[in-house]
Amino acid sequence: MNFQPVLNIISLWALPFIIVLILTVGMVKKIPIYEVFTEGAKDGFKVAINIIPYLVAIIVAISMLRASGAIEMIANSLSSVLARLNIPADVLPVIFVRPLSGSAALGLFSDIATNAGATAYSTKLAAVMVGSSETTFYVLAVYFGSIGIRKFRYALWVGILADIIAAIMSIVVCSWMF
Amino acid sequence: MNYIFYGLIVLSIVIGAINGKLPDVVNSILTGAEKSVQIAFSLIGIMAFWLGIMKIAEQSGLVEFIAKLISPITKRLFDEIPPEDPAIGNIAMNFSANALGLTNAATPMGIRAMQDLQKHNIDRKTASNSMCMLLAMNTAGFQLIPATVIAVLVGIGYKNPTEIIAPTLLVTSFTFISAIIIAKIFQRFSPPQTQQSGGQE
Repeated sequence: MNFQPVLNIISLWALPFIIVLILTVGMVKKIPIYEVFTEGAKDGFKVAINIIPYLVAIIVAISMLRASGAIEMIANSLSSVLARLNIPADVLPVIFVRPLSGSAALGLFSDIATNAGATAYSTKLAAVMVGSSETTFYVLAVYFGSIGIRKFRYALWVGILADIIAAIMSIVVCSWMF
Repeated sequence: MNYIFYGLIVLSIVIGAINGKLPDVVNSILTGAEKSVQIAFSLIGIMAFWLGIMKIAEQSGLVEFIAKLISPITKRLFDEIPPEDPAIGNIAMNFSANALGLTNAATPMGIRAMQDLQKHNIDRKTASNSMCMLLAMNTAGFQLIPATVIAVLVGIGYKNPTEIIAPTLLVTSFTFISAIIIAKIFQRFSPPQTQQSGGQE
């Protein structure tokens, strides 16, 4: 089954389609689109500046954690237990890094794919893990930071639980399908 | 969040000291702070662009139209928000952009939605139930096509990279639905927001 051409078309055309649709509806409704655009775009700078304190707090804390080697320590101490559950040792750090840093998770995944090879189970499992989850802490910082929310209430716990569910489901689904 | 912030930093320093990586930990404060500002600044342009486009979508009534279209679903998820509020339309657009993997567009749409939700919030520094729901939808990261992952697989010469789409879709859908259910459960059991104190952590 080869639906890659279809996917390529969707990912190429989604963005242009949305932009043309919005501009066309604006013109049909006789909106002064240039004026309205610049009016809305003014907020871009403000929003980006607003999120800096929140990003600094979260990204510095996470950079420190990654530099300390804590993630490898946790992964190593759990490896014997998780090996029994059919989780390859090289994929373990991905589980912990994925919610913390998107670029680091993608980097880890590239390493696994290069070292283990394209057909390895590790590569497939890591691919599903990285593809099915989000960088929880970054999302929280940006979304709440943009409007100055300081108390996240239960949003953080929902995010973390979702990450745990995503990791478990990735393992279950991959061991079943591959 | 206070405990987590404290825990992350103290834990990093203690473990860094044990591992003999204390210099790295200290350096990471500088690089992390620098990276945060870089991320924020790199967002300015694309944020401005999409906030401009979204303003046109709002004034032309497109956002409201989308809000009406999906109101049967969102009524249940965002029960504090009137069904035809622009927030609902922006949430729908944020979800669609995320699903298509258009992160650059999704984030400004989500921020527009957060700004709209803030208008209905009684305590401006504490997250409302609707905000927690929107964050649940976003942190769960529903995606139809994991484009970046596929790009890496293509890069290393994977013969059939699209075979990971089906399992990824299965996992991401399950996680997305779970996140919404979990957020609803938390909502039921967490104390309601009040004017001053806000929800407790």
